[in-house]
Amino acid sequence: MPSNKSVSDAPITQFVSCRILKDHRLQWEDLWVREGKILNPEKLFFDEEGFADHKVDCGNKIIAPGFIDVQINGGYGIDFSQASGDIRRGVAQVAKKILEHGVTSFCPTLVTSPPDIYHKVQSVHLSLPFIIELPNILVLVMLLSFSPQVIPELRVQDGGPEGAGILGIHLEGPFISEQKRGAHPPKFLRTFKAGGVADLMETYGHLDNVALVTLAPELANSAAAIRELSGRGIVVSLGHSMADLSQAEEAVQNGAIFITHLFNAMLPFHHRDPGIVGLLTSDRIPPGRMVYYGMIADGIHTHPAALRIAHRAHPAGLVLVTDAVTAMGLPPGQHSLGQQQIDIQGLHAYVAGTTTLSGSIATMDMCVRHFREVSGCTVEAALEAASLHPAQLLGVSNRKGTLEFGTDADFIVLDDTLTVRETYIAGQQVWRK
Amino acid sequence: MRLVILDDYDLSSEWAAKYIRNRIIQFKPSADRYFTLGLPTGSTPLGCYKKLIEYHKNGDLSFKFVKTFNMDEYVCLPRDHPESYHSYMWNNFFKHIDIEPQNTHILDGNASDLQAECEAFEQQITAAGGIELFVGGIGPDGHIAFNEPGSSLVSRTRVKTLAKDTIVANARFFGNDLSKVPTMTLTVGVGTVMDAREVMILITGAHKAFALYKAIEEGVNHMWTVSAFQQHPRTIFVCDEDATLELRVKTVKYFKGLMHVHNQLVEPMLSVKDYMD
Repeated sequence: MPSNKSVSDAPITQFVSCRILKDHRLQWEDLWVREGKILNPEKLFFDEEGFADHKVDCGNKIIAPGFIDVQINGGYGIDFSQASGDIRRGVAQVAKKILEHGVTSFCPTLVTSPPDIYHKVQSVHLSLPFIIELPNILVLVMLLSFSPQVIPELRVQDGGPEGAGILGIHLEGPFISEQKRGAHPPKFLRTFKAGGVADLMETYGHLDNVALVTLAPELANSAAAIRELSGRGIVVSLGHSMADLSQAEEAVQNGAIFITHLFNAMLPFHHRDPGIVGLLTSDRIPPGRMVYYGMIADGIHTHPAALRIAHRAHPAGLVLVTDAVTAMGLPPGQHSLGQQQIDIQGLHAYVAGTTTLSGSIATMDMCVRHFREVSGCTVEAALEAASLHPAQLLGVSNRKGTLEFGTDADFIVLDDTLTVRETYIAGQQVWRK
Repeated sequence: MRLVILDDYDLSSEWAAKYIRNRIIQFKPSADRYFTLGLPTGSTPLGCYKKLIEYHKNGDLSFKFVKTFNMDEYVCLPRDHPESYHSYMWNNFFKHIDIEPQNTHILDGNASDLQAECEAFEQQITAAGGIELFVGGIGPDGHIAFNEPGSSLVSRTRVKTLAKDTIVANARFFGNDLSKVPTMTLTVGVGTVMDAREVMILITGAHKAFALYKAIEEGVNHMWTVSAFQQHPRTIFVCDEDATLELRVKTVKYFKGLMHVHNQLVEPMLSVKDYMD
């Protein structure tokens, strides 16, 4: 008999014969879902005298909250930072494919880009040859008046059968260090000129759909920018930086709470100057605050021993990210991506003809499996590093990243090898193997 | 009475569960004729509940046409508190079986009018046709449900203040903090349980031995309220060896000698599969 009509007419689904990740443990419990949220069955039983309309047998598999990827640059031939064509369609294509990796929410990441990527002209109303004929000043006026920017293009939105939900954009750059720029194009790097706010607005335009910003705190005048961004609820992340530990700690005091891909694009740990890595065990973190750190656990970007050191030093802050690039998801062999020729061999993506890595192509579920394998952590810890911790980082753990009653029913069904078999968003199956 | 003595806790839990199973299946409950079952809480019946759940999961026992009435509930403890008896019954029994929510009855310790709640409970029992089998436990002070020493042996469902012994015994469920243990409960009366057509009391462990002795080898006494069942026509006490430690050897030998008779009640084990069309 379904639920008490006076409370809700909506059908109730009960997932049985499963182990769910709850209270940091895998427990033999059923999972109840109604209207896209996790339902409290005890309340249903006693208050509403209701029970399930449908039961789904999960064959003793594991149910975990859906993975959340806070750093992903593209995939399947699509690069979020390229202005080509329809940004939204490209993001949507990737959003759909990553459902297969168990990712139910993500933050599309834009690397350091020219200003017009952030302020992209939507050239549907004017044909190109016409614009070129006009005097420059007129073009400028037109550009400024017809400029919905990229940032509002990529709106925060719920996931569903069309793809994983967008929790916000991750702007990685352009306020980063030149020496630690990695693959970011040097000519578009920026510094903070006066007060950080003006620079932010000039560069990014709107900050409405932005969830994270990676910057280098040693840049002059960064403090005001960090405070402004944190004040708006945007996660400030330290990365692509030459900062020493005290500069990093000052940034944390101003509101930074994340480290972008720990170890990569920062000074290496040194026993007399731990650098940004030292934040993991810093004693100058404001009380009640925690610093999280992203790890690319593909076995390539970080040596397993380094991963273990970080994990053991600060397990609660570890956030698995893919930092996946355009080549992710493409089959092995040669591919032409943008201006580059890429050679994919297994989990490595090289610049063709060289041994230079061209970014990460591991998927989130691979990262979870790899992390568990090399760190020897529990299944629960591995799953939480990809779900609970990123949700906590983004301040959305009251609705995402857990299977608590009342949270969004975004979850995945995995077998004991931690292979994703089914993906659900808002209680609806959106992918199955 | 029948005194059924098994070697240890697990065997006594299993015997009790088998008995309940056979009674329900033999009754052939249906939509017109529900089997009414009185149920206890606490640590003693946990093993019995586990076995009943096992029988259900094996397809041998269904609770679709069973109505349950719990013995008691704390007053002013939120219903979703992990130590409330609602939570106990949900987690240890209801969520694992096919009972329908409207067929379960547990006193509401947060009702605005507690007296009316108690009276309504009595009426619900009457409306259901009375209790077919009331399963209960015994406190170290010999109480049945929360009928503390001094409770009238003809009492009905009402509000009771807990005795110190009971509060101390319950402290382990509240982090050993006496101040957190509720002091009042709603409980069925001794008379309420006596009205049931059959009563089964589960008693296990050496710490209950003295209470069992007082209940069955001494007189009927309102200081040991379980003793009231000496005057009930159909009572079964299911216990383990340790619970018999304070009894006379003669009593134990007599009833152990009757085990072959007692076992006829649980063998053969019936299954609902035998009655499926």
